[in-house]
Amino acid sequence: MASLKVTVWRSAGAGGYQAYEVPRLEAQTVLDVVTYIQRVIDPSLSYRFACRVGVCGSCAMNVNGKARWTCRTHVEKVTADGKLQIAPLSNLPVIKDLVTNMEQFFDKWAKARGRFSGARTRDDDFARVMPDSPQRRNVDAGIECIGCGACYSACDVVQWNPDYLGPAALNRAWTLHNDVRDTMHAERLAAVAGDAGCHACHTHTSCSERCPKQISPTIGIAGLKRAAAAAALDGEI
Amino acid sequence: MKARAQALLWLAQRVSAAVLALCVVVHLATMIYAVRGGLSAAEILGRTHGNYGWFAFYTLFVFAVAVHAPIGLRTVVAETFGWRGSALDALTLLVGIALALAGMRAVLGVFS
Repeated sequence: MASLKVTVWRSAGAGGYQAYEVPRLEAQTVLDVVTYIQRVIDPSLSYRFACRVGVCGSCAMNVNGKARWTCRTHVEKVTADGKLQIAPLSNLPVIKDLVTNMEQFFDKWAKARGRFSGARTRDDDFARVMPDSPQRRNVDAGIECIGCGACYSACDVVQWNPDYLGPAALNRAWTLHNDVRDTMHAERLAAVAGDAGCHACHTHTSCSERCPKQISPTIGIAGLKRAAAAAALDGEI
Repeated sequence: MKARAQALLWLAQRVSAAVLALCVVVHLATMIYAVRGGLSAAEILGRTHGNYGWFAFYTLFVFAVAVHAPIGLRTVVAETFGWRGSALDALTLLVGIALALAGMRAVLGVFS
């Protein structure tokens, strides 16, 4: 049976890559490989997954240097010469092996005011949002984010400035900025503007390149830059 | 520095970039045109002395540089060395003033 040469980041001590040999199977995903290592070779390996079908976003890791959902990544698409290198996501503290601490990632969603704030009550009529309105189209383009952290891992600016809110939080802010029912636009723009916010983005587009949902946080961040600059000129922020 | 000021810095850098794009093209095209006919430095200075049009153009050029470069430098320093805060903002301002003074000295040199 053909086999794969897999190196996996293990965080015992200072951490380092450990080599494993895993049977190569048909239609095998990278998550299958990690699971095989834990269940058959080394039960001490820690990793995170839940749904296995690209819904939960918890199994993102660096596979051969690129952030991917391991459950939706087929081995045949990423192996170079039958070799796989699997590491935890970048730009996040590693708890153990392939498990990162996502706390700062989600804290930044809160800092970016990633929460809907409406003015209507249950007694009011439904808000009418035209599906083809520019705002609704902007929301549609970014709303499918499931918070896997692949964009955050791929972002150079997060690496250079740990305070930078990151592509996912800013994408969330952009979808809310375009939500015509939301009442916190100015406050949100003030939260996402500036050196640790949207204006720090260098438009490298690594986040858009790596997003498994084909969302382009870069476009949303560019929109936030323009909106925040306009709000600054108007004295709204 | 507050978010509003940072957003305005970003805007200032984008606007100055647009001005610079135009100024650089005009500057390079003029230089190439001027030296093609073999004009000497003295002949070029003869054309710039007292010319308010070129004075205004290069003054705009200098101020666009004085706005654009320090803001970019501020980001480079912050991201490379992790140096942030009011001291960096003060350095940014000083670099801008220095560029404006040095640039205007050169502009006045070819005008007067």
